[in-house]
Amino acid sequence: MKEMSPIVKTITKISFAAIFLFGLYIILHGHLTPGGGFQGGAIIGTLMALYLVAFGAVKWRKKVLSIIESTGLLVFIGTGLLGLTTGYFFFNFIGGTDNPIFGQQLNGGELIGDVAFPSNSAPLLSSGTISIMNMAVGLEVIAALTLIIVTMGLFAFAGSEEGE
Amino acid sequence: MSFYNDLITHAPAIIIAIPLLFAFATPLIGKINKYVRNAWAFTAVLLSGALAYVLAWEVFKNGGDPNVYVFGGADGTAFDVLSNVRISFYVDGMAAFMGIIMATVAFAAVIYSFSFVKKYTGQDKYYTLILLVLAASFGMVFTGDVFNLFVWFEVSSVAICGLIAFRSNRGESFEGAAKYLIYSTIAGLFLLFAIGLLYGQYGHLNIKYLSSAIGANGSMMVLDKIVLGILITVFSLKAGAVPMHMATPDGYSEAPAPVTAMMVTASQAGLYAVFRTCFTLYGGNIQNSLAQIDLVHAAGYLLVILGVLSMFVGVTLALVQKDIKRLMAYHAISQTGYMLLGVGVGLAVFASGDNTDFAEFGRTAMTGGIFHIFNHALYKGLLFLTAGAIIFKAGTRDLNKMGGLGRDMKMTALFFIIGALSIAGIPPTNGFASKFLIYESVFKFNPVLGAVAMLVSLLTLASFVKVFYAAFMGPKNPEMKTGEVPKSMLVGMAVLAGMIVVFSLLPSLVIGEIVSPAVTSLAGPGPEIGTSLTMFSGQGAWNPLVLLAVLGVTLVIGYVIRMLGQKGTVPKGEGKKPYLFGNPTEVNGMPFVVPASNVYWGFTRALKRYYKPMEKMHSGLINEYVFWFVATAGLVMLALTFL
Repeated sequence: MKEMSPIVKTITKISFAAIFLFGLYIILHGHLTPGGGFQGGAIIGTLMALYLVAFGAVKWRKKVLSIIESTGLLVFIGTGLLGLTTGYFFFNFIGGTDNPIFGQQLNGGELIGDVAFPSNSAPLLSSGTISIMNMAVGLEVIAALTLIIVTMGLFAFAGSEEGE
Repeated sequence: MSFYNDLITHAPAIIIAIPLLFAFATPLIGKINKYVRNAWAFTAVLLSGALAYVLAWEVFKNGGDPNVYVFGGADGTAFDVLSNVRISFYVDGMAAFMGIIMATVAFAAVIYSFSFVKKYTGQDKYYTLILLVLAASFGMVFTGDVFNLFVWFEVSSVAICGLIAFRSNRGESFEGAAKYLIYSTIAGLFLLFAIGLLYGQYGHLNIKYLSSAIGANGSMMVLDKIVLGILITVFSLKAGAVPMHMATPDGYSEAPAPVTAMMVTASQAGLYAVFRTCFTLYGGNIQNSLAQIDLVHAAGYLLVILGVLSMFVGVTLALVQKDIKRLMAYHAISQTGYMLLGVGVGLAVFASGDNTDFAEFGRTAMTGGIFHIFNHALYKGLLFLTAGAIIFKAGTRDLNKMGGLGRDMKMTALFFIIGALSIAGIPPTNGFASKFLIYESVFKFNPVLGAVAMLVSLLTLASFVKVFYAAFMGPKNPEMKTGEVPKSMLVGMAVLAGMIVVFSLLPSLVIGEIVSPAVTSLAGPGPEIGTSLTMFSGQGAWNPLVLLAVLGVTLVIGYVIRMLGQKGTVPKGEGKKPYLFGNPTEVNGMPFVVPASNVYWGFTRALKRYYKPMEKMHSGLINEYVFWFVATAGLVMLALTFL
């Protein structure tokens, strides 16, 4: 089939880093601003779609993507299970513990019932396990969406493909 | 004992976490080899299933008192369900009862799958999705807030859709999966809308909180009535009640057999949600207001109507099917009707303000309906598995092309007979025990409904006689593979058949130990039905052991008479030939077989006027099916609002 024009390729190359960075921002700030793992992952997933459209079906390694997907999900459920060590399932065991990684104290925020809701001005590393879970979901969504797009692309380009 | 106590405290979460964790790791484990992966999936169902049984044991021991689990708290946090915003699980007698159903059927289905899906590609994904269905079913019955009910509803729909399309070399699989997905997604959006209304009205999602808030000021708002209408319709769709059943036969018949068995339990999670909505969400503080009593009373009648429709339409459509799995799928719809009928009668009496009626037969009807859920999961799961075994060997789903399989598949035939007797409600099976309670109490409520319930059982027996005749009897088709199915499939079927035998012999014990706590947690404590080995329904009594003893003695007497009569005679002529349903074996030198679709020729012809519009209704177009759902939802809402 015909290749895409140089304009499309160049613009894709230029905007690649910007879109990627934006996706990462949405994932990492998930606990403070609208967005989160799924939304950021979807942004990076569409970036992969753009890449596929501009450069065609390059040799994607579906096996690696599948492993990344499973890893993301396992990290998510594993973080939930780790909460059992000091509390209940999905207990935020590193939130508010003065732990330098993800554990900074909240400034402000309000208490509803026994759950602390941070205000939007909380520091970036204040979320405890929530950030870890956002990243895990982000990984999963990036890998899954890319897999879907690549599979659809393979169907479109090569007719059909055998499984496993 | 501290470890055990901790285990029980955290059990609701761990039961969900195990299938999820194992499901996510299955694609990675699958890279090692297939034996490790199969063992991995087996471990997952074994662990979470065993834990579900242990949890249920603890809950039943406390007479159905709930085990409340609240996510995300630190150790020693005190939880107040009514004021807390956390996500919670609420495992009471009813939820624990449903949990052991899910665990049992999933266990049998996974064992059965080892041989059944051996020849297909994509097995890693298959086991991942099976475990996700199990987790979603557990989630739907354990959840303590309505939003997570929606989440698990969606997880269940999407995972099942993927499994229906598992045999991706067939176009029909994709059709069935697409129908199922569209149908359940639209239902899911309705559900989300209803939950949004509840949240907007009360600002909470916790079922316990909502139950105390709805009708607290003594009146029912239009919004409450609309929400109840949507919830009943949506969950009845998941359960597969007529007239929202249309996509169900497609999905059931296209999915691989073990998946169909799990779909039965997943649809029963929908049934559970109907009961939970009516009894807990809307019936929580029913004594407060007359308006609420009227509303729930009307909902009870609605369930009865849905139940009778499902029973009758399901069984009549099943009778004319020639595809073995479609036939069983319509029976699944018809049997769901019994549960809706039993519990609907219970609900109508429960919310009538007359406690004597409820004690007299309403509670019996509920017990029968809820006991029937477990029985249905067992015999329907078993029947779908035997159907899978038949298709596995015969290579076709068309009953007209089968024949003579009983000669080689003796174990499968035995399991089929156990399942068929149980679904038709023939004594002394467990299907009879639960239907007995339903007949007796529903007859007391309204004699016509009791008669319909019995008629449907007769028709059920008729159509399973047809399946047995077409698949196992008659001359053998020489093109078919011979021999029994692989061992793992037999073990899967034996697990369910064994449970049926135990339940058949000790129905009263089962009701006393596990069904009563479930009924109590829905409708409050009341008179016990199963206190000794004999079951008392208030109108009559049933003891399978007595019947078995009588049958045994009769058999011995008959055998003795036969022995005495045969003494000194030589069998010859007609007496030597095997009895083949009274049919001639040969006509003009050709072997004579009545094809399955002609067995009830006269019946179908007599009911031509009924079957014509039914055929038109089941057009196969998803657009029209969605119309039936939306129209039903609208009608139910109107009925609840203005009646």
